[in-house]
Amino acid sequence: MLEREVVYESVLDHDFLDEIYSLPGGHEIKKCIQCGTCSGSCPQGAVMDYAPRKIFSLIRAGFRDEVLESNTIWYCSSCYSCAVRCPKEIKITDVMYALKRIAIKEGKAKKGRKASALSKNFVRMVNKYGRNHETELMARYILSAEPFNALNFVPQGWRLFSNGRLPLMPHKIKNIEQLRKILKKIDELEEM
Amino acid sequence: MKYTYYPGCSVKSTANLYQESIDAVVPAMGVELEELDDWNCCGATAYMSVNEMMSFAISARNLAMAEKFHRDVVTPCSACYLVLNKTNRYFNDYPEVRKKLGVALEAGGLSYSGNIRVRHILDVIINDVGLEKITGLASRKLEDLNVAPYYGCQIVRPMYYGFGAGEENEEGFDDPDDPVCMDRLIEATGATCVKYSMKTKCCGSSLIGTEEKQALKLCRGILADAENNGAHCIVTICPLCQMNLDVYQPKVNSLFGTKFDIPVIYFTQLIGLAMGKQPKELGLERLAVKMTRPMKQILQGA
Repeated sequence: MLEREVVYESVLDHDFLDEIYSLPGGHEIKKCIQCGTCSGSCPQGAVMDYAPRKIFSLIRAGFRDEVLESNTIWYCSSCYSCAVRCPKEIKITDVMYALKRIAIKEGKAKKGRKASALSKNFVRMVNKYGRNHETELMARYILSAEPFNALNFVPQGWRLFSNGRLPLMPHKIKNIEQLRKILKKIDELEEM
Repeated sequence: MKYTYYPGCSVKSTANLYQESIDAVVPAMGVELEELDDWNCCGATAYMSVNEMMSFAISARNLAMAEKFHRDVVTPCSACYLVLNKTNRYFNDYPEVRKKLGVALEAGGLSYSGNIRVRHILDVIINDVGLEKITGLASRKLEDLNVAPYYGCQIVRPMYYGFGAGEENEEGFDDPDDPVCMDRLIEATGATCVKYSMKTKCCGSSLIGTEEKQALKLCRGILADAENNGAHCIVTICPLCQMNLDVYQPKVNSLFGTKFDIPVIYFTQLIGLAMGKQPKELGLERLAVKMTRPMKQILQGA
């Protein structure tokens, strides 16, 4: 839970709020009334360090590291239960995904080590083939995030394979060069 | 009725049984699905947690390629449905997103105007084909089969939340908390629809790979509620929901000491069964949790 009992103004990060505001739709978090509908609706609320209501409060108070290092953002499965019920129509799910991206970028995803490994390997699959290859994705994920837990994945893999649901060969799209050109251009634009 | 078909990666692999059942049932409904040539992955929710603009860009490539056909894009996967709609929405609502995507598409020799409507195959079957047509196609008696509709998350909530594009699609095609379209569809096939409260609760989605115990807990809740209300099977519309509830069901049992034995099938497989088709044509033999004896007896009219 919160480790700093007394928080001094000087260690809080007020730019964090501006960072969130600058996201498309991000300024809406100003409207949060701390009603807790999001936390009550969240299927993962009970296992989160801070359920969504607290996350919004922490963002607004400038507790940048606490938010980015929390397990909360990695437990968000984007079910949108909070988002459709929020009386202030805050795009809660989008904010959670923005937090995931900032945490990955800044190397603060310690509690999201596994989830971020899965996402990064997914991106690798798409950039390589243009499509996801689920078999290779899981193999790479296990090697990078849970090598000592590999046996745990075997029964499910076998259940898929034995029912003809796990193709061994990837499918590469014909015009992968076009996809890569598009991605490269985004990369250049984001750098600017 | 002709549509541009965006299958998504799952139906080409772990959800191939979904595709088999779609192929088996849609021609009789007068639905023609023409697969978008050389489509790429939508990126699912994983890509957007690493780089959102790139996630929009890869989806925009699909939308741009689909635009020249001037038809609705139809997908069977709830995640593809969410991501393609979200991309459309951001493209149309945020000028800075539109500008970047326009420049990036141009680098690939493509352009997009933002006018392609993306629909879920459930929406098409319910609203374009219509329930009367389904009832008309149903020849096998299924009234003793208790079917629990499982909607999952991505089908109605994100649209209601604001990702639905186009006037008719503005708030999605059903209620975000208590959708009923699949309930009506089950009734239209002649089967009995099970009422239960977990029909839109999250299955854990990709947490099954990363936070397995938590995802299994969510699966247990859905399976238990369906079983307690007398379901012979669960019907779903999403490849990831189906995988979690089906392939991981034995694991739920070993972790929690439960004895669930509930086949989790796709809604198109149920329609196929109602049409009198054989389980094999519908990919039902690929289920991890096989059809139970009571279910088989009902199908054989015993």
